[in-house]
Amino acid sequence: MSSIDVGGKTIAVDEEGYLSDRNDWSKDVAVIMAKADDCELTDNHWEVINFLREYYEEYQIAPAVRVLTKAIGKKLGPDKGNSKYLYELFPYGPAKQACKYAGLPKPTGCV
Amino acid sequence: MLLHIVNKSPFINNSLESCLRAAKKNSGVLFIEDGVYGALDNTAITPQVKKAMKDKKFFVLASDLKARGVSDGVIKGIEVVDYGGFVDLTTQYDVVESWL
Amino acid sequence: MSDDEMMQEGGTIKKFCYVNRKAPYGTVYALESLEVVLIGAAFEQDVSLIFMDDGIYQLKKNQDTSDSDMKNFSPTYRALEMYDVEKLYVEKESMEARGLTEDDLVVPVEVKTSKEISELMDEQDVVLSF
Repeated sequence: MSSIDVGGKTIAVDEEGYLSDRNDWSKDVAVIMAKADDCELTDNHWEVINFLREYYEEYQIAPAVRVLTKAIGKKLGPDKGNSKYLYELFPYGPAKQACKYAGLPKPTGCV
Repeated sequence: MLLHIVNKSPFINNSLESCLRAAKKNSGVLFIEDGVYGALDNTAITPQVKKAMKDKKFFVLASDLKARGVSDGVIKGIEVVDYGGFVDLTTQYDVVESWL
Repeated sequence: MSDDEMMQEGGTIKKFCYVNRKAPYGTVYALESLEVVLIGAAFEQDVSLIFMDDGIYQLKKNQDTSDSDMKNFSPTYRALEMYDVEKLYVEKESMEARGLTEDDLVVPVEVKTSKEISELMDEQDVVLSF
């Protein structure tokens, strides 16, 4: 099993970098995971990360990208609920990458 | 005295039915896992269980009811036990028979 | 695979029906079925879900696995709508045998008699049974 170091604490992640235990998540975890991808988290990133965490809390599932895009549009407006905006924030794929930073499992159906 | 443990839903096979047929007077029947559906009131199975309750003692595991969202539906007179109670039962009865 | 590629390759939309007949936690069938439905939703087919026999218990309200060390996946059925899976059917006879009504379920469903369910199955291109 792999791990990441967050402020001196060792946290277990799977082979693709997703948290092994969702309860290990903190904002620092997200920042450190993003840094490893050369990504600096802005308020716009956090908006999506927080949205995903709320979504998971509600439905116990990490949404597929199509569903995420639609749901973000509903909540934050059409200028944010589109693939172009989300891919600019998360170039490795909005669902995949943002779910990782949010401490969620990889979205069901992502391979 | 025997404690019968039923862990299958009464709707998918005849485990509960066979158990009730085999269980003697004063023996115990404990519902666990999907077996807990057998402890519920107002189902097609309820009359059989109520009939058996006349001379046998029935128990059901609380956490398995809670997981399935059916804690409120248990037949009156069936005792709800936690894991500690489950362990106590297995020591109170001489023999445990599991109806898989 | 993008939606456009699917359309070019796949062409016509088929009627897919998932038949759920198992209680949620005793076996892995219920969770497996739900995952297949969610993955399959990306292919934008005409999907119906049928819940009958103990499968109805998958939709029971108030599931709480906090004392059981299992994942409570019942909230995920409420996300199906966002995956455009909107046709959820429950067999009347199975529901009645369990003393349940629509009010006991986590999502809105359409109640059908076993005769109507059998007709629905007959209309399908693909039936997947769990």
